[in-house]
Amino acid sequence: MTFLTDNILTVVTFLPLVGALLLTFVGGGEDENSKTLARWIALATSLITFGLSLWMWSRFDPANAGFQFVENYDWIGTSIGYRMGVDGVSILFVVLTALLIPACILSSWSSISTRVREYMLVFLILETLCIGVFTALDLAMFYVFFEGSLIPMFLIIGIWGGKRRIQAAYKFFFYTFTGSVLMLLAIMYMYWQAGTLDIRKLLAFQFDPAAQTWLWLAFFASFAVKMPMWPFHRWLPEAHVEAPTAGSVILAAILLKLGGYGFIRFSLAMFPVASEMFAPFVFTLSIAAIIITSLIALVQTDIKKLIAYSSVAHMGFVTMGIFSGNVMGIHGAVFQMISHGIVSGALFLCVGVIYDRLHTREIEAFGGLVERMPRYAFAFMVFTMANVGLPGTSGFVGEFLTMIGTFQVNTWVAFFAAFGVILSAAYALWLYRRVIFGGLTKESLMGMLDLDRREIAVLAPLIVLTILFGFWPAPILDATAASVNLVAENFGKAIGATGPLVAAAH
Amino acid sequence: MNSDLSSFASLAPAYPELLLAVGVVVLLLGGVIFSKDRSTGIAFLAILLLIAVAGVAIWPPAEGILFNGGFIVDGFARYMKFLVLGGSAFALVLSTSTAKPMGLDKFEYSILVLLATLGMMVMVSANDLMSLYVGLELQSLALYVVAAMKREDSKATEAGLKYFVLGALSSGMLLYGASLIYGFTGMTQLDQIVTAVAGAQRSIGLIFGMVFLIAGIAFKISAVPFHMWTPDVYEGAPTPVTAFFAAAPKVAAMALIIRVVTVPFGGVTHDWQQIVIFLSIASMVLAAFAAIGQNNLKRLLAYSSIGHVGFALVGLSAGTSVGVEGVAVYMAIYVAMTICMFAALLSLRTSNGYVETIPQLAGLAQKRPFIAAIIAIVMFSFIGLPPLAGFFAKWQVFLAAIDAHLFALAIIGVLASAVSAFYYLRIVKVMYFDEPQSEFAAAPAELTAVMAVAGFLIVTYFVTVASPLYNAAHAAAGSLF
Repeated sequence: MTFLTDNILTVVTFLPLVGALLLTFVGGGEDENSKTLARWIALATSLITFGLSLWMWSRFDPANAGFQFVENYDWIGTSIGYRMGVDGVSILFVVLTALLIPACILSSWSSISTRVREYMLVFLILETLCIGVFTALDLAMFYVFFEGSLIPMFLIIGIWGGKRRIQAAYKFFFYTFTGSVLMLLAIMYMYWQAGTLDIRKLLAFQFDPAAQTWLWLAFFASFAVKMPMWPFHRWLPEAHVEAPTAGSVILAAILLKLGGYGFIRFSLAMFPVASEMFAPFVFTLSIAAIIITSLIALVQTDIKKLIAYSSVAHMGFVTMGIFSGNVMGIHGAVFQMISHGIVSGALFLCVGVIYDRLHTREIEAFGGLVERMPRYAFAFMVFTMANVGLPGTSGFVGEFLTMIGTFQVNTWVAFFAAFGVILSAAYALWLYRRVIFGGLTKESLMGMLDLDRREIAVLAPLIVLTILFGFWPAPILDATAASVNLVAENFGKAIGATGPLVAAAH
Repeated sequence: MNSDLSSFASLAPAYPELLLAVGVVVLLLGGVIFSKDRSTGIAFLAILLLIAVAGVAIWPPAEGILFNGGFIVDGFARYMKFLVLGGSAFALVLSTSTAKPMGLDKFEYSILVLLATLGMMVMVSANDLMSLYVGLELQSLALYVVAAMKREDSKATEAGLKYFVLGALSSGMLLYGASLIYGFTGMTQLDQIVTAVAGAQRSIGLIFGMVFLIAGIAFKISAVPFHMWTPDVYEGAPTPVTAFFAAAPKVAAMALIIRVVTVPFGGVTHDWQQIVIFLSIASMVLAAFAAIGQNNLKRLLAYSSIGHVGFALVGLSAGTSVGVEGVAVYMAIYVAMTICMFAALLSLRTSNGYVETIPQLAGLAQKRPFIAAIIAIVMFSFIGLPPLAGFFAKWQVFLAAIDAHLFALAIIGVLASAVSAFYYLRIVKVMYFDEPQSEFAAAPAELTAVMAVAGFLIVTYFVTVASPLYNAAHAAAGSLF
């Protein structure tokens, strides 16, 4: 037990990898038995990981703003170390990732029938890499996990994706890779400046304000693409559309959050002066994302593409909240990311449900589903409402907090962001009407079956969480409060301290 | 610096070379006397010999300067020799079962590889312009013959001839540079030239000599603009030969260029730094773009190796101990990746012979999942994606460049690596995303073993190799500064 408590982060991070290793030895056959075996191994591994992540959360001390469960060893020379730790900002992302992977595996239970073992294998590897991003306390390790996630995602889109999967996989790869390599150079520069890659020491280190500008831009290149911020979002709709359902879920729910997490952990916390300087720039892009991509979402004919564009818009709220630099804004951004992880993931799962039955995602092809699929209509409604940001769903809390936070800094930004709320209602409700309501006239829809037990098992927990966090956001807000306060406090101090310097630099 | 050659014990630092030289002669005699068609047996003995030499080279650690200052054994030389011997040994392993279909089943092949390796070891240990040239020529002459070994094949003959003509030209340039350096300093010993360079009499003639010297070696590492022979030779030579060319000689020539610029010209870093930066940028960028259009796997690997040399030179550009450390790590990882890739390539046989072009790989993931996974791992590692070894290779060299404030070089470098990802991914795409078109024969056991070991090391680099390799490279680089 002490081993587990001392190394909980290592265990949570690398347990899926152990499952993946197990999969390389068994379940490789093309017969039904070995496929089922591969599915069960993957599901069991991811469920145990989820259980452990919950256990970790229960032992997490929310009053402590610093890093907890820390493991710290030197690794390569004096530069790269094996360092792990979570604080209030990162712990919930670990839990979110661990929650969604079993959902993904369950949702692909029958829709993925070729190369099942390989599919489960890359998903488990992806889980390790995603959790690792949030638990790494060494900048090089962070980069290893962050960039490593490209490989499994590239394969998921390319092998199990739709018709134009190859172009989508390439686009995904190149956008994110090109952005990240610049961040790599920035990481190296930081190492020579601070003499360490330990994130805790880097957070305490004061980078030269002139260098901060360049470092900020390099990190921005990576995170803005990952996030994605308008106009770096071009890869996202294609990747989402072509990826298999579970791939879209991971993309929207977790991989996009890597960018937001990076903004909070690195851009804001390590380069406060540059963050302050670039805040208007980020606000502009965020507003553009919120309004423009919402408008683009309105005219989409593909359900997945519509949700993909709505993701970009919702991420606009996140970047806006982060760079407001105050407690409300950052808190809202974190909440919005967790909530969006659940809601957008669930929406893609919902699309997957009807795609499995009809093999099309065209909005035109549907209509009147409520008559054949009442349970599905209910689930889809909950997530649509959460996507709109209806009070009483988790989507509301995040948007509301980010807007309050931004309002304190810049009224106009908050004013324009409010349009996003209206537009999101427009595209989401219109989508809902076209898919679920109307007459059930189309021949192909007559035989549609409602959610089966497996699908209910996937969606029901997400419905519960969406509504629960809408009425009672305390579990998330409490866990994050101390660390978010610390980030905002340090940010305020850094700007206050170097304010005149910035003025002089201009 | 007069060496005491009266006792055998005083030659201890040169034991590996002596053992190899004696071993080559014995094997040559054995091959001639016993049977001409015992090529596999000779190859087997050659591999054992290389392993024995590698053992002697790293243990016990005998270091020092021998032969009137012409031959130096330091930490750096021992590190690089170990890589060279490893590269050669594995190249021979790759040719054991493939020699017959590739037309290499002559015992002379192993002998020539051993001779070339001996030349490389002398190159790595060269401390004098004379011994440098002697080592280089011993290596080159053996390589020219190996390239054209398959006499009846017009492509191989063409490759051998091209290699010879351009190689001779580069040797001439190197010799010209060496003579200029001697003319302007009056010395040939590398660690003595440094005093003349540091002194006031540094002249334009000396710089000229240095430029020619570097250009000559740049041919051998196939850095742009001296790379023209590489794609043709890689494509024309039989694949096991290409595997050999891609690994050990690159390491030896890289070791040579490192020693030549850091020891005698260590005091005038700025003078050679710009040349190396140019070679580096040109190699990275040209390779990234030129490889996109390639359809032949070996040509593609040729451009890939040009690109890797460019990346390794990023480390050397820094001109610091950290930079050399980076190059040392890079070359080790490069050798492992290259050997692994060629082992995979040699295991792929269809009914139409060995796989040569990219489209032939279609659907490999479904037919031969293990080989496809290995190739994919190597490709992702070539790109430099973490957590694979290739990432840590790039990490070390770019770390050095950032340390030396070579920001433009570093930015061009990482962007070139992003472009190069395009053609590496194409191979992954063909193997994994496309549908299979042909059946592949089973892979020979020894190639499977090489792939498994190398693939394991590449994947688990961060856990298994990173720390010891870094420490070894750190010690090696430290002995030069």
